[in-house]
Amino acid sequence: MNETITIFLKELKSYFVSPIAYIFIIVYLILTNFLFFQTFFLNNQSEMRSYFELLPYIFLIFAPAITMRTWAEEKRNKTFELLLTLPLKDAQIVAGKFFAALVFLKITLLCSLTVPITIAIIGNPDVGVIIGGYFGAILLGAAYISIGMFISSLTENQIVALIGSVVIILLLLVMGHPLVISFIPSQLAGLSGILSYIGLTGHFESICRGVIDSRDVVYYCSLIAFFLFLNVQSLESRKWE
Amino acid sequence: MKECMLEVSNLYKNYGNVAAVKDLSFSVSKGEVFGFLGPNGAGKTTTMKIITGFLPMSQGRVKVAGMDIMEQDLKSRKKIGYLPETTPLYTDMFVEEYLTFIAKLRGLRGENLKKRIKKMLEVCGLEEMRKRPVGYLSKGYRQRTGLAQAMIHEPELLILDEPMSGLDPNQIVEIRQLIKEIGKEKAVVYCSHILSEVAATCNRVLIINDGETAAVGSPDEVAAKTQERISYEVTLKTTDKNIEEKFKQIQQIQEVTILAQSDGEKTELKIETNSSQEIGEDIFDVAVKNNWKITMLTHKKVTLEDVFSKLTKKDVK
Repeated sequence: MNETITIFLKELKSYFVSPIAYIFIIVYLILTNFLFFQTFFLNNQSEMRSYFELLPYIFLIFAPAITMRTWAEEKRNKTFELLLTLPLKDAQIVAGKFFAALVFLKITLLCSLTVPITIAIIGNPDVGVIIGGYFGAILLGAAYISIGMFISSLTENQIVALIGSVVIILLLLVMGHPLVISFIPSQLAGLSGILSYIGLTGHFESICRGVIDSRDVVYYCSLIAFFLFLNVQSLESRKWE
Repeated sequence: MKECMLEVSNLYKNYGNVAAVKDLSFSVSKGEVFGFLGPNGAGKTTTMKIITGFLPMSQGRVKVAGMDIMEQDLKSRKKIGYLPETTPLYTDMFVEEYLTFIAKLRGLRGENLKKRIKKMLEVCGLEEMRKRPVGYLSKGYRQRTGLAQAMIHEPELLILDEPMSGLDPNQIVEIRQLIKEIGKEKAVVYCSHILSEVAATCNRVLIINDGETAAVGSPDEVAAKTQERISYEVTLKTTDKNIEEKFKQIQQIQEVTILAQSDGEKTELKIETNSSQEIGEDIFDVAVKNNWKITMLTHKKVTLEDVFSKLTKKDVK
C-alpha cells in the first residue's frame, strides 16, 4: 500500500513539473467553456446537460494525452526494467499510475467548477443533476484512462500510444451510438443489443440527464477493471515464452 | 564456508528457437566480487535479467539468499540491488528526489531513509549534484546516480551490468575501490566485457560465450587453465647468424622465431617452449656461452585478455 502511494505521488508530481499539464488544463477549460457557452444563452436553460454531452468527445483526446506517457516514458527512460524488478507487485505499480492520472483528471474537472458556479449565479440549476453529471464524468474519464494506460503499455512511442488510444476509445464510442445501431438489420437484434451495451455512448446519456443507474456504474467499473487487468497482463507478458 | 548469496543451477533461456543461455551454473558467496565476462551478445545481460526477476528462465533454478526467485519473488528481490545495462533514470527528477523515490519503494522510511541517502550521496560523490535534475547530469554522474540507487538499501546481492561505462579513468578507480569495499561484506556480480576491469576487481571470474560457460575460477586460475606453454621474448646484441640453431639445443624449446633484426646489431626473438617449465636460466646460459648480450628477456605471461580472446573466438569453419 505504501509503495502504491509512493508511485502515485511521484506520478502526480511528474504531471505538474512540466508545463504541459498547465497548458492542458487551460486548453480544456477554454475549449469546453467556449463550446458550452456558445449555445447556453440561446437555450436559456440553467443546466449543464450540454456540457456533459461534450465530454465523451473532449475526453477522447484529453485522456489519451494524459496517459500516453505512462509506460512509454518508462520504457524510453529504461526505468521500466528497474521498476519491475523492485520488490513490488505489478498491480501496485498499475494502481499507483492509474490513480495519479485519475487525480489529474479530477483536478482539471475541479477547475471547470466555474461553469456550475456561473450558472448558479445567473439561474437556479438542479444541483443534484450537476453533481451526478460530474460523478459520471469521472467514471467516463477513468474508463478512458484505463484504456489509454493499457495502450501505452504496448509501445515505447508516446505518439503511437496517443493515436492507438484515441482509435480504441473512438471505436467504443461509436459502436453503441444510435446512428450505428440503426444500420444493423432487425434480424440481428441481439447484436445491436450487445453493441449498445458495450458501447460507451448509451451509458453516459442517462448520466447526463442526471440519472445515476447502477447498471451504468457497474458497466464503467467493469470496463476500468478489465483494462487495468489487461495492463497488468501486458506487464507480465514479458514473461511469456 | 561462507554464506551463499546467489546460486544459479542449470539455467537455460530460449528466445524462440535461439538459446541465449545454455546450462549455466555458478554460485556467489558473501564477501566475493564475481566477474561475469563475455563478449557482447554472450548472454550476460539475459542472465542478469533472469536473476533480478525481469525475465523468466526457460529451465533451471535461481536462488537468492537461499530463496527461490520464482517462489518467493518479492522477498528475494528485496535482497538484490540492480544496476541495469542502461542506467535507469527519471530525467525530470532531482538526484536526491530520485534516490528518495527508489529508497521508499525499497521500503526505507524516516531516519533510516535520510541516513542512507546522505551516505549514498557521499559515497558516490553526488553531494554537489543532489539538487540537479537527473536529465542534466553528465554520463559519469548519471552512472553514479544509478549506482547509488542500486546500493541504497544495502543489498545482500549487488548486480552491476557494465557499471563502468561512461566513467572517466579517475572515476573508474574510485568506483572500483567502492565495489571492492562492498564486496568485502556483500556479494557482488560484476558484468563486463572489459577484462582489465574484472581482473582488477574480482575474486572469481566466469567467462561466458554463446550462452555457455567457457571458464570459471579465480583470474589466475582461469589464465592458468588455458596456459599450455610458456613463451619468452628475448632481445640480443649479436651478429651471430645461427641463433636459432644454438637455442634449439635446449630440449624444451620448440620454436624460435626471429621477430626483428636491425643491421646485425640487435635481434628480437620469440621463443616458444613445449612445456610449462620455466627455462629462463637456460636461455641465459646459452646466451652467455655464445657471448651474446641480453638486453631484454621477458617471460610472456598469459593475460586474461589472451584467455578471453582464445575462449570466445568463434571457430571459423
